[in-house]
Formats: sequence, C-alpha cells, structure tokens
Amino acid sequence: MNDLGFLAVTALLAVPAAAALLLVLLSGYRLGARLNVGASLLSLLAAAILFGARPEANLYLRVDDFNLYLIVLNNLVSFTTSLFSASYIAHELETGRLTPTYLRFYHVMYQALIFAMNLALLANNIGLLWVAIELATLITVLMVGLYRTRAALEAAWKYFILGSLGIALALFGTILVYLAAQPTMGEGLPAMAWDRLLTRADAFEPALLNLAFVFLLLGYGTKAGLVPLHAWLPDAHAEGPTPISAILSGLLLNVALYAVLRFKMLMAANPAALAPGPLMVGLGLLSLLFAGLMLYRRGDIKRLFAYSSIEHMGIITFAFGMGGPLANFAGLLHMTMHSLTKSAIFFAVGHISQVKGTQRISTLRGLTVTHPVLGWGLVAGVIAIAGMPPFGVFMSEFLVVSSTFARQPLLALPLVLGLLLAFGTLLWRLNGMAFGKPDSGPTAPVQASTLPMMTHLALVFVAGVWLPGPLVAWFHHVAILLG
Amino acid sequence: MLHGLAFDVAHLLAGGMVIASFLLLYQDRLSALINVFALHSLVLVLAVAWQAFIQEAHHLYVTAGIALVFKVLIIPTALHRIIRRLGIHRTLEVVGGVGLNMLAGAALVALAILVMLPVTATADPLAREDLAFALAVVLLGLLLMVIRHNAVSLVIGFMSLENGLVLAAAGARGMPLAVEISIAFSVLIALIVIGIFLFRIRERFDSVDMQAMDAFREKRRR
Repeated sequence: MNDLGFLAVTALLAVPAAAALLLVLLSGYRLGARLNVGASLLSLLAAAILFGARPEANLYLRVDDFNLYLIVLNNLVSFTTSLFSASYIAHELETGRLTPTYLRFYHVMYQALIFAMNLALLANNIGLLWVAIELATLITVLMVGLYRTRAALEAAWKYFILGSLGIALALFGTILVYLAAQPTMGEGLPAMAWDRLLTRADAFEPALLNLAFVFLLLGYGTKAGLVPLHAWLPDAHAEGPTPISAILSGLLLNVALYAVLRFKMLMAANPAALAPGPLMVGLGLLSLLFAGLMLYRRGDIKRLFAYSSIEHMGIITFAFGMGGPLANFAGLLHMTMHSLTKSAIFFAVGHISQVKGTQRISTLRGLTVTHPVLGWGLVAGVIAIAGMPPFGVFMSEFLVVSSTFARQPLLALPLVLGLLLAFGTLLWRLNGMAFGKPDSGPTAPVQASTLPMMTHLALVFVAGVWLPGPLVAWFHHVAILLG
Repeated sequence: MLHGLAFDVAHLLAGGMVIASFLLLYQDRLSALINVFALHSLVLVLAVAWQAFIQEAHHLYVTAGIALVFKVLIIPTALHRIIRRLGIHRTLEVVGGVGLNMLAGAALVALAILVMLPVTATADPLAREDLAFALAVVLLGLLLMVIRHNAVSLVIGFMSLENGLVLAAAGARGMPLAVEISIAFSVLIALIVIGIFLFRIRERFDSVDMQAMDAFREKRRR
C-alpha cells in the first residue's frame, strides 16, 4: 500500500519533470502536443492512485485529505486543458502568432508548471512550498509574455514585478514562522515541516505568528489575486495564451489560496494568536465588491472573466475566513466548482476569439447563431459562473450566503450585494454576446475539440443536481480539519 | 567566544546594509545606482559570513559565496553591460524630492524597529536586531521600487529587497540550507527573465522607462 502511494507521489513529480525534459528535445509541435496530453494523463492517473494508497508523510512531502482533493482537481484540469491546448495552438501556428520554437518552449513550460503546482500542493515543508510557488510564478511570467507583443510584455512585466514582490513578502513570512517555531521545535528541518508545526503551534510566540501571517496573507494573497494586490491578474489573463488563462484562473489561484489556508490552520492552532478569520473576510469582501464593480466596464472578453476570477477568489477567501464546518464546506466546494467552470469558459472563449480574430466584446455578437456549440457552451458557462441553478456554483454560493446569514447577518449584506452586481453584469454582457444581432465578422466553422468544455460543464451540472455521498463526507471531513 | 564583539560586528554589518539602502534611494545616475547595489550586496556577503562564523553554521558560507559571485560580481557587471548596450546611462528621474524620500525611508526604518522589537522579545537578541534591520532593508527596497520609473532601477530595488530577505534568513539560527539555495537560484532565474525582458521591452517600446508603458496602457485600456 505505502509503496504504491510513494510511487504515485514520485510519479506526480517525476512525470511532468521528465516530460518537460523530453519536450526540450522534441521539435515537432504535433508530437509535442501529444506528449503534453499523454504526460498530463499519466499525472492524473497517479493522482487517482493516491485515493487508494497514501504514503507516510515525511519532512518534505505529505498527502492528507485536504491536499489530495486539490491534487486530483489540479491534474484533472491540467489534463483537460492540455487537450484544449492541443487544438488551440494548432490554430495559433496557422495564423502565425506563434512559431514552432515558441511552441516547443510553451510545451516545456506547461509541464514544468504542472510540476511546480504538484510540488506546491504536496509540500509538507513550508520552505519547499515557497520554492514551488516561486517556480510556478516565474514559469507563468514567461508564459504570459509568450506572444512577445507590446501588450503581452507589458502584462508579463507587471506580473513579474507584483508576483515577485508577493513572493518576497511570503518568504519573509515563512522566515518569521520558522523563528516562531524554533525555540519550541529546535533548529533544522523539523521546524519547517508543516504537520509537526501544527502539533506544537500552541507553544509558539503568538506575536511573531501574527506578524508572519500578515506577511503570508499579503504575499500569497498577491498570487491569489486578492484586491488590492490584484493588478497583475486581468492583464496576465488577457494577454497570455488562453490555455494559460485557464490554468491561471482554474489552478494557480487555488494553489496560492491553499498556501494561505495551510498557514491559517497553524494560526488557528495557537489560541493566543490573532484570529485570521476577520482579515480574510475583509480581503475577500473587498475583492468581491471591487471585482463586481470592475466587471461592468470591461470591453475585453478575457479581461471580463479575469475580473470574475477575482470576484470568486474573494468569495472563497470570505468563506474560509468565516470558518466553521458549513462555510468551509462551501469554500471547498466553491474552489472546485470555480476551477471547473472558469476553465470551461476559457476553453470556449479561446476558440471564439480565434474564430472571430478578436477579444473585444463589442464585436462578438450573436454567437449562438453563428457558432451554436461554442455559443451555447459559453451561455452555460456564464450562467454557471454567475451562480444560477442548476449548476454547482449556485449551491456553493447559496451555502456561503446562508451560513453568513445565520451567523453574521450584517456581513451578508455586502456579500449579497457583490454577488448580485457580478450576476447582473455577467448576464447583461452575455446577452449581447450570445443573442445580439450577428455582425458581418468571420463566420467560418470552428475546427475545435469541444470535449474538454463539455466535460467540465457536465461535471458542474451534475454537482449542482446531485453531490455523491462520499464526496460530501470527504468535504465535511476536510471542512472540520480546516477549523 | 566574545559575545559582545560578535554582537557588535553583526550589528554593524546589518546596520551597514540599511545605510546602503539609503544610499540607493538618492542615486540619480544609473551606473552609480548599480555600483551602490554592488556595495549593498558586498555588505550582505560580509554580514552573512559573520553570521556563519558566530553560529558555526558552515552552510551559510555557501550562501555568502553565492551572493558574492552573483550579486556582487555577475549581476552588477551584466547590468552595466545592458545599460551601456542600450545607451541608457543617463540621469534618472525620481518621484518626489530626495528629501521627501529620505524622510519616508527614515519613517520606514522606525516602523520596522517598532514592529519587530516588541514581537521578538523572547527571541535570541542577535536574531532579533538582525530581523529588525532586515525588515528595514525590505521596506526600503519597496520604497525604491515605488519611487523609480526606470526598469533597471525597479530590478535593483527588488534585488536590494531580496538582500534584506537573505539577511533575515541568515539571522534565523539553523534555518535549513534549502531556503538559501533557493534564494540564490531565484536571483539567477530573475536575472535571465530580466535579461530577456529588458531587451524585449527596449525592442518594442524604444525605452525602458516604465512611463512609456504606462502611456501605452492608458491608450488601450478596456
């Protein structure tokens, strides 16, 4: 059992790393895309094995109920995104936006990014967690600048500066956690192993932990796109290749938030330390309201959905900030639903903007008429992300709102206001795009695989109608762990 | 060991870094800024080596060595070459006056000490003062990034901030090597990214002044 689990953990790191090395050597883009899909599938299988066989935690890596579900989600979405990316990049090559050399680089970076995200999720050592997120940041910076246009470089530069700044603050926070732990835990590696820190956290110096958490929340919060540290996010989403927008929104933001939650658990284990909840509730509400307002004036379709990601990160942060079994449950569910829905939307948007040759909302009109499959896919995705039944996002948002009403009715007001703002804007925008009068733009049929988009939407739909019992039990268990 | 002397020298070197951060704040020529950054890193190397000596932590010598090679020698040389090749070793414009920036810097140092000393009351006094200085260097690095428009000075601001982080990591007794290597590693990657960026930005914008980018951004907003 343990051997198998150990093997699976090794595979989760070794497969993407080996694939990245192999992709450096392969020059054909078709072969590259296939290898990319194959390696992502292998990682997904390895992640699935972990359900059955879990290795013992050591000083560096650890698999528990909390990160296991994120690892599976991470590898599932990166697999479907690799399918989407295979049909997406073929088009980019045809139109000459990318050259074969850049494509090779793109595939290498794709696998390296999966490696970095898996490492971040598996890490038990808070230093290793930091290294993995730093690696993921640098890789995505390179990916965002891939098109080498002025706008792409500007976006990548901004992301680089803000991302590194966030990462630097997070490192300072990590050092402070070590300093808080060191008198109790002694010197060396054990004082950085998260599970050992958790068992002894009540003896740490609370003031030092407080300071550390502020730095960590700001640092990793930058990566999670929380307002006021979100400025990089819309640009990075709009200017990078669309598969990367899907990965950024669907996965990387989750990974950053996961890091925050790990430290929140440490804080909660020390009764004398500051309660992390109010800080997170504040940042979450701010992000939600700000993004809700910003959604209104967007003219670029990818920017629109980037702001919607900020909004949803705000909701999730808010839910975890509220804490308690119900709100945590809602937060976990929302994390999953947002990942699946947002990446499905980006799959649709990617194909649409390729066919139409533009990302401007004002020129995207009547998509359900010109491109029925993609158009209706977008409609379903936007309805889901806006939080309408019968999709899963409705359920998680409903849980967040109702648990807030039960405990802090006053906080529920701004929460509902933000949700309604975003809801209204998204549907209003969707109306023009999906049902407006089609203009004279290109109406060529799409050469696209819509399978990834359909799969995600189907999963979100099923989750909205019926959540399997074991999954509910699982989330309940993790929600209690999160405190 | 002479505890008093060990303490005083550590204090002197960490304080030296804060002073070097102040020097960075008011440089108005790009090449001078790079030279002061090299000095900043050199003080860091000495501070880390001294920590290695008094803590008898040999892995810190490696950290000091990496910092010496990359931050004192390679990065400043590379930056000098970049600005010469791009022909941008002219005067820098600074947001706000020098006096105002120095005042803000002094306020940040006071803030760092006020925040750090009370919360580390129980910690080892050596780590404690080191950490206060490190936070001051980090905050001054942030200030430097805010008051400059030029891409090269942004990068220098960021790396001086990173120097502060290395100082903090070195002061934390027995912090595992993995972290320090990663810091050096990140500097290396950062340099590659920056090298690519500066050339590309220059190529596309005919300037590395971030205001050119800002102007461009305003035009295509929304």
